[in-house]
Amino acid sequence: MNRIDKCFAKLKERSDKALLCFLTSGDPDFATTADIVEEIISAGADIIELGVPYSDPLADGPSIQAASQRALQAGATVRGVLDNVKKIRERLQAESADAPIVLMTYFNPLQKYGMQRFAEDAVRGGVDGVIIVDLPPEEAGEWKSICDDTGLAGIMLLAPTSTKDRIKVAANMGSGFIYCVSRMGVTGARSDVPVELQELIENIKSATDLPVVVGFGISKPEHVEFVTRFADGAVVGSALVNIIAEHAGSQELVCRAGQFVKELRTGMARRE
Amino acid sequence: MSIVQTIVPDKLGHFGMFGGRYVPEILIPALDELTETYNKYKHDKDFAQELDYYLSEYVGRPTPLYFAERMTEQLGGAKIYLKREDLCHTGAHKLNNVMGQILLAKRMGKSRVIAETGAGQHGVATATACALFGIACQIFMGVEDMRRQELNVFRMRLLGAEVIPVSAGTQTLKDATSEAIRDWVTNVADTHYIIGSVVGPHPYPMMVRDFQSVIGREAREQIMEKECRLPDYAMACIGGGSNAMGLFGTFVKDESVKLIGVEAAGEGTDTDRHCATLTTGSPGVLHGSMSMLLQDDDGQVQLTHSISAGLDYPGVGPEHSYFQDIGRASYVSITDCEALEAFQYLSCTEGIIPALESAHAIAYAMKFAPTLGKNKLLVICLSGRGDKDVHTASECLEVMS
Repeated sequence: MNRIDKCFAKLKERSDKALLCFLTSGDPDFATTADIVEEIISAGADIIELGVPYSDPLADGPSIQAASQRALQAGATVRGVLDNVKKIRERLQAESADAPIVLMTYFNPLQKYGMQRFAEDAVRGGVDGVIIVDLPPEEAGEWKSICDDTGLAGIMLLAPTSTKDRIKVAANMGSGFIYCVSRMGVTGARSDVPVELQELIENIKSATDLPVVVGFGISKPEHVEFVTRFADGAVVGSALVNIIAEHAGSQELVCRAGQFVKELRTGMARRE
Repeated sequence: MSIVQTIVPDKLGHFGMFGGRYVPEILIPALDELTETYNKYKHDKDFAQELDYYLSEYVGRPTPLYFAERMTEQLGGAKIYLKREDLCHTGAHKLNNVMGQILLAKRMGKSRVIAETGAGQHGVATATACALFGIACQIFMGVEDMRRQELNVFRMRLLGAEVIPVSAGTQTLKDATSEAIRDWVTNVADTHYIIGSVVGPHPYPMMVRDFQSVIGREAREQIMEKECRLPDYAMACIGGGSNAMGLFGTFVKDESVKLIGVEAAGEGTDTDRHCATLTTGSPGVLHGSMSMLLQDDDGQVQLTHSISAGLDYPGVGPEHSYFQDIGRASYVSITDCEALEAFQYLSCTEGIIPALESAHAIAYAMKFAPTLGKNKLLVICLSGRGDKDVHTASECLEVMS
């Protein structure tokens, strides 16, 4: 069983849900990314999402746009992101070693690197899945077969605007889990979570056995608690990226990130 | 005549390997709705009549196909005709597309319109149409472009639009487009996004081409009237490529008509300050479609430069990439200096001040026409007027003198 399936199976066994944490790889630099990843897994992150920095991130709000810019200015490349995952994998010990790492990327850096080569290098480095923000099912045919061949999870996105037919298509095409966008808009911390979300998640779950996680705008322990009542996991991104931005260059950075993730986890535990 | 050309794209918007829809899932239903609406109305008689009415009564069509006699004589080669899109209301070809899209937006019941703008011409056209129909309008514009096109910022505000400064990235057209897409993702339920060129996800490249095809249809009829034959060359400047696609479309099936697109070479294609996408780029995805793209080895979009804000864009319409690929059109480039020279040349030779964008096409004609025989016919799309550029031009010319 691959690490993603194993992770959700284990969580299910103890009737728990997944906490997914996003950070932009290489922000502020690759070594710090590795330190943060190690720390937040110990603090309770179940799945790590690493953003591949891109010059024109049109689905991202100001926080992740700025993180991308910082990473690119620090010299991050696609090759560097993949190499860094390999280094992170080598460092993760004991239970942490099973934590799935997925990459979140825009299509252009990936296609420029070469889809086949990207998938092979990703798998070799210990990447478990890839989410491509701007590759809807219509354009994802070639990528899906590469994922199937290499054993990489091709994680599909769904949104509040997705019709029943599109939910079916994504469910059939995707593997690993389904990433559901919580609201209309771009990434970024928000003060509330839309109430219609539950119905959307239920619609998706009736079309697939894949776990369904929710992202975009999830920034507080109470959001995570609310969302994981009906979804299989919650993704926190911009809020963590903001903490990294705020403490970049400080010795507190890694510890602060860990503390934040612990708080998010506590929110989930409170439910039981 | 129908506004539709049917060769490409396929159902998913692919022109060969180019085009398509590379956008977040969230936008797909809106693109489906737009495609469906467009497909429904493009064959609709009432829609065509309403559009024709506004094109003739409001935009001022047909625009003349003007024989540039002095220019022809001086250059001593091919006979040169200028398709005078600069005489359209708002001073450029942009309104052709905007009128079509705003009539669609009305039919889709959208209460708000957004647009991106570089030089400000598309922004002004959109603000104009929104004023005409009483629709709320917000225009995204890079801070750097707002500085170099101050006059157009004022015009948009005068027309009742809100101009939203974009300070991300290079603060030019590319970033304004990204920001407009981010807004659309958030407000797609009540908002229509009027893309100003033949770029973006399907159906935009096809739809904008079709709305601009009026340029070529008129030019074809006019040249037949004047010369009783088709031109040998059709030429236009290319940023995203909408005026070029508008002119080229009608001639695509006529193999005797050679199509030439003129890109901006900025300070030279051997420097890193240019935006000659087709002549120096490689396939990639920007703003929702696969096309030629200026990018580095890591797939990061490159910084661009052109004296003309309207051409200062690292991407290009996917159908142009396709035309280049199949050899149907050829693409060349012109530097800032050459464009400035043409800007002055056309002003004092024909009494027409061209937009700096259009001056790129004029500049190439100045090199190319003398190499052709006097029996050859050359049609150039003069896509816009240069009033907006006199400030930039005078600054540059001062530096040069």
